[in-house]
Amino acid sequence: MAEKTLLVSKINNGTVIDHIPPGKSFKVLSILNIDSRISYTVTVAVHVMSRKGGFKDIVKIEDRFLQRDELDRISMVAPGATISIIKNYEIVEKFTVKIPEEIVGIVNCPNQNCISNSKEPVKARFIVRSQKPIVIQCFYCQKQLSDSEIVANL
Amino acid sequence: MVLPDHALINTIIAGKKLIYKPVVNPIMLFQKSLVSIEDVSTEDIEEIFRISDNMVKALEAHKNPHIMDSYVMATLFFEPSTRTRLSFESAMLRLGGSVLSVSDVSSSSVAKGETLADTVRMAEAYSDIIVIRHPLEGAARLATQFTGKPIINAGDGSGQHPTQTLLDLFTIWKEFHSIDGLTISMVGDLKYGRTVHSLIMALSRYDVTINLVSPPSLRVPEHFLAKIPRGKKVKITENLDDVIESSDVLYVTRIQKERFADKNEYLGLIGSYSVDERVVEKMKKSAIIMHPLPRVDEIKPEVDFTSNARYFKQASYGVPVRMALVSMIMGVA
Ligand SMILES: [Zn+2]
Repeated sequence: MAEKTLLVSKINNGTVIDHIPPGKSFKVLSILNIDSRISYTVTVAVHVMSRKGGFKDIVKIEDRFLQRDELDRISMVAPGATISIIKNYEIVEKFTVKIPEEIVGIVNCPNQNCISNSKEPVKARFIVRSQKPIVIQCFYCQKQLSDSEIVANL
Repeated sequence: MVLPDHALINTIIAGKKLIYKPVVNPIMLFQKSLVSIEDVSTEDIEEIFRISDNMVKALEAHKNPHIMDSYVMATLFFEPSTRTRLSFESAMLRLGGSVLSVSDVSSSSVAKGETLADTVRMAEAYSDIIVIRHPLEGAARLATQFTGKPIINAGDGSGQHPTQTLLDLFTIWKEFHSIDGLTISMVGDLKYGRTVHSLIMALSRYDVTINLVSPPSLRVPEHFLAKIPRGKKVKITENLDDVIESSDVLYVTRIQKERFADKNEYLGLIGSYSVDERVVEKMKKSAIIMHPLPRVDEIKPEVDFTSNARYFKQASYGVPVRMALVSMIMGVA
């Protein structure tokens, strides 16, 4: 019972990221630049039994609300994660992260011969070829990246 | 600016942009860039064949169609490829247009330390159509983002070299008057030879049988095979003899020595993939041998005099196909 209370303990203001694939919460923390220098509280639950069966991770961040590009990044490592925005202990908004059709300036192209890795005034740009499993393709050199390669190049 | 009469029929000047008035079919290529062969619809490819054929006839009759007198082409070559550059420039000159050429942009003062984006913006001010060759993959695609003028990719490191693919297709079409129903065998380096990949992709739009003949270490990559539409007749073999008798087209590519750590391995297998009289004897009478050139050892000189050799003819189509393409893009075809 005590455990259960801890996991569902509400936050006053902030963001709850739920249904993160098990083990991916650390990647989410790194995407959000959450390290020892932050001034707010973050609670992480790893490998929690999900109500739908199976396991998941949960990240609760107090007093921080996420930007569009941060949500896009999360969608790359944790497709299907849900975001709840909490204000005054109430969920004011809840949605599932969505993989954008085009990924601009989020994933770098691992192809060293790709023009997007040179000094040109452009951001790395990928077209999403498949959502599930996720496959993205470099707009410039056409290289295709899957799951693990995307995470490695975030 | 005075436009030639038939160009006036097809175009009106609205602001700075020429608007194509379709007479028969709308040409999708009008004012478009050509970065990858996938940018070109199959209908447009048919139209390119038709217009290229007219250009071949015009050249044979020594009648250069002066339909591009008021147009300027810029050729920006960030790596040398004299053959390709001269082919584009000859095409433009034979159309009556003018050419601005920077043969080695990276070492010239025009572009020292300058980004490709800025070089393209500069070229835009001086020309109507820009041809780019660049060692980095995706360079031509990037160039399209910094100009409203059409860009033609003349090779960008990724093996995207759409005008080579078009002239390869045209050579086959010209010979057989159709691509459907043919058996085409690609021979040699099918792993690194990525111009071969875009030709295979383009061929897979048609009802063809494709044979892929290479040593195991130079086989077409799996991820590329996965892109070939399902239901295509594709056969992978190490043995040229397996396919030689049934082939209508033998497309031979160069196997580079540098691809082998062990030089003995290279020497051991190079013979099995080179075309000599013995191979030609087994071919259909009507079959043709193609090669993107330059060749080294993969086609023996004795083959040059056979009725099947078509690689010099193929190379000669470089100019008329580029003439067709440039005039279609500029809307004066
Ligand atoms: Zn790339």
